[in-house]
Amino acid sequence: MATASRAVPGILRRPTTYTGLWSWVVTVDHKRIGVLYGVTAFIFFMLGGIEALTLRTQLMTSQNALVSPDLYNQLFTMHALTMIFLGVMPLSVAFFNLIVPLQIGARDVAFPRLNALSYWVFLFGGLLLNAGWLFGGSPADGWFAYAPLTTATYSAGGGMDFYVLGLLTLGVSSVAGGLNFIVTILNLRAPGMTLMRMPVFTWMSLVTSFLLVTAMPVITIALIELAFDRFLGTNFFNPTAGGDPILWQHLFWVFGHPEVYILILPAMGVVSDVLPTFSKKPLFGYPFVVFSGLFIGVMGWGVWSHHMFTVGLGPVANATFAITTMLIAVPTGVKVFNWIGTMWGGALEFKTPMLFAVGFIVLFIIGGLSGVTHASPPTDTQQQDTYYIVAHIHYVLFSGAIFGLFAGVYYWFPKFTGRMLSEGLGKVHFWLWFVGMNITFGPMHWLGLDGMPRRIYTYDPAMGWDFWNLVATLGSYALGLGVLVFLWNLVLTLRKPQDAPADPWDGRTLEWSIPSPPSIYNFRQIPQVHQRDAFWHQKYAEDADGRPHPVPRGGSAEVHPGGHEEEGHGIHVPGMSYFPFITALGLGATGAGLLLSQATSIPGLIVAGIGLLVLFFGVYGWAFEPAGPEG
Amino acid sequence: MAVRSWRIPWRLVALASLTLLPLLWSGCYPDHPQSSFGVAGPLARDQRNLFLFIFWMAAFVFVVVEGALVFAVFRFRRRPGQMALPKQTHGNTPLEVTWTILPALVLVVIAVPTITTIFAQAEPPAGDRLEVRVVAHQWWWEFQYPQLGVTTANELHVPINRPATLLLNSDDVIHSFWVPKLTGKTDVIPTRNNTMWFEAEEEGTYYGQCAELCGLAHAQMKFQVIAQSQADFDLWVAGQKAPPAVATALAFNLKGCSVCHTVSGPDAEGLQEARMDAFRAWVAAGGQGPGRFPGPNLTHFASRDTFAAGLLVRSDENLRRWLRDPEAVKPGNRMKELATAYHGTSSQALTEQDIDDLVAYLQGLK
Repeated sequence: MATASRAVPGILRRPTTYTGLWSWVVTVDHKRIGVLYGVTAFIFFMLGGIEALTLRTQLMTSQNALVSPDLYNQLFTMHALTMIFLGVMPLSVAFFNLIVPLQIGARDVAFPRLNALSYWVFLFGGLLLNAGWLFGGSPADGWFAYAPLTTATYSAGGGMDFYVLGLLTLGVSSVAGGLNFIVTILNLRAPGMTLMRMPVFTWMSLVTSFLLVTAMPVITIALIELAFDRFLGTNFFNPTAGGDPILWQHLFWVFGHPEVYILILPAMGVVSDVLPTFSKKPLFGYPFVVFSGLFIGVMGWGVWSHHMFTVGLGPVANATFAITTMLIAVPTGVKVFNWIGTMWGGALEFKTPMLFAVGFIVLFIIGGLSGVTHASPPTDTQQQDTYYIVAHIHYVLFSGAIFGLFAGVYYWFPKFTGRMLSEGLGKVHFWLWFVGMNITFGPMHWLGLDGMPRRIYTYDPAMGWDFWNLVATLGSYALGLGVLVFLWNLVLTLRKPQDAPADPWDGRTLEWSIPSPPSIYNFRQIPQVHQRDAFWHQKYAEDADGRPHPVPRGGSAEVHPGGHEEEGHGIHVPGMSYFPFITALGLGATGAGLLLSQATSIPGLIVAGIGLLVLFFGVYGWAFEPAGPEG
Repeated sequence: MAVRSWRIPWRLVALASLTLLPLLWSGCYPDHPQSSFGVAGPLARDQRNLFLFIFWMAAFVFVVVEGALVFAVFRFRRRPGQMALPKQTHGNTPLEVTWTILPALVLVVIAVPTITTIFAQAEPPAGDRLEVRVVAHQWWWEFQYPQLGVTTANELHVPINRPATLLLNSDDVIHSFWVPKLTGKTDVIPTRNNTMWFEAEEEGTYYGQCAELCGLAHAQMKFQVIAQSQADFDLWVAGQKAPPAVATALAFNLKGCSVCHTVSGPDAEGLQEARMDAFRAWVAAGGQGPGRFPGPNLTHFASRDTFAAGLLVRSDENLRRWLRDPEAVKPGNRMKELATAYHGTSSQALTEQDIDDLVAYLQGLK
């Protein structure tokens, strides 16, 4: 490692080494940060999966005693928190990092150090959230954490403290990341790449980023109020002292519903890029797909009370939110129709990414339709808080978000590793998940309609729920097996030499125009963009019938070289930095100290104080850091 | 584009059978205690019918859309040796406008009965109603009949063909009242006086349970609605209004049971709230040693079929199990934590003789 504390006012010089473990700590390269996000998210995803399989095993038979009720409540709470905040969201952000700069023809994100900070804060937030497993118990009041169950009277243990501080920390990461990608997408697009020429994945990243910076502050406010209630004895949500538990519900779902679209829109973006590539056709109705995504993002703010149809808000409020909720089905339907339109008349090639993308559409339709049944408050009063809802959310988030993101994993894996994942194992993975998913979550529709509530650790055999619970549990093992097959595929692939061409799928967007893996500066020359699917038009020209014909390499008039630099000489890439990691470490230590202070106040406050000092040191050093290793 | 041969996709048929048949079978499954399909009242019936209406609309959309998708998957699959690239169609505005409007129309068709049902179910039909105050506690249900001066627990008796209006209160956390065969759920929220109503049309016992996560024993917070003819209901009310059936057992007072449980008719005004305040103070003070919590009224305990919030059938053996170690039977419940009888060093500790006496006493509280 290269350190020297010489320059004034800079505290540390910029690190210079590009190899070794340390280079990953100080990196600001969007591709490396993307890999860090992806690997971390996948590890958390497996942790959430183990939690899920434990839950399913407990419910395999009635009156099973595998786990205690307390552990069961911790497991389902942490399963949701892990999958949402530490699995799907960071996996989406991994793709923002990996793909967006390449798709818009940029050399990095707008704020590379802020990007590194986002990752490290996410990592420490995830560790804080999970620290309960080691220190006295995880949160057990559900991911929605309804007051007053979460107040000190009813959750006296430390579990909810991990929830509060973990999510607060993760919020910092999300807002920083969201801002970064808004600025990146709006300001760093290659010349000629107008908004309506952007790849749809980039579009959905932009919409998601806006949702992140607007939704996270809402939950942050709620969490700070809850922290005050728990740590300082305020009464925001304490009904016996005039507080309002419904205030928490409104704040939580005003965040919580846009959050659902934060989870699904990136996956929709991936699918909108994968389908055209493997159909050999452009996306059908690009403006409709883009604007329906925007509409979903905006409407996400107007439907939160459909999570509260049983709260007793009254018939007028319920009717209003029923209508806004049903409205969301329109843009969602438009997307599905346009995806089918994209495939229509194409030459479909069912490589693994395409299988996951089509699997996404097939199953997301089921999740969308079941969503319409509980957009209707009278039927929702029967379905709310039952396994019917569990089925619905897994059809939209597992076979939706996760399938979409895994389409992206198989699609873009060669771009960043230079290696092609095994198609055979990929297909085994897909079919295990596609079939296993239906066996696991399909029967839950019935269980819910048959009266099985969510979040119960046991049930009576007289209820008649044994058989379908057994089926669901067996199905979940197929999902676990699918993850193992994917892991095996990863291991095999990473052990073989690099074999991936720059453009293995005959891609349409700019990331396929550069080598696999890309060099640190991405583009030797910033491309000039003249239309959508910029790289495709570099490769093909359409004749009068709209049929593409290959053009000789380099002979296209579509993309002009933008400069005369050679082999990366004189290209400015952002310098590496210690300070994002130091700043994040300080933030994490502050949170850990506050948690510790609940158990033992003085040492905890000392740790928190040290954390704050490290945080200020990090911010100070960051502000006065020299521009590059030379300075 | 060359015309290609069209074959039956057997692989797909096999796959669809594998994944969809379980769902179809499940549709013909027997009627279970908490099935939202085995309706016994007007609210649940309208909710079920509305669900089935939306379900069949959704099923129609499902078949059309998935049909188009599956057709595209097989029809436009790239054939071996096919080199020519397809025509690059970018969209079709009239088509896209059509498929934006069509789902909106389908949704209007769903929205109309939805809205009318919301307003139709908001208030019970005019006329004579039975008023019930439901107080949800961690983890049992208190039912008060203010018109009748009766308080009971976990078993709600109602006459058939007469709407019951429920005032829902909680003095701890949020719970949710749900009897699938009679009506969907309404949350029971501290500070909010939520109301709901239902009507049973057939005599019988209907099962319900708390539907909002409320802590450790959430899974064991069950109850029953016992719908009876008006005559049987009146008989039940008369029994409940009668004075306690037997003299209070010595052990019941000596061992501290009466700190939380009343056996002399309905709890005095404010008594349960006072118990709850004492519990909060106990938690705030660190939660050590004996304390108080609102316990079920036991005045006519032996008139109920079950106890411990629908968990156990009332039998001598089950009562013994419960009294020996309530925590082992229903993890999380407050009894072992708070009752003097379970605090080891206390001279009030329960002996086997006490348990026999208490079981005999409780079983005599007709």
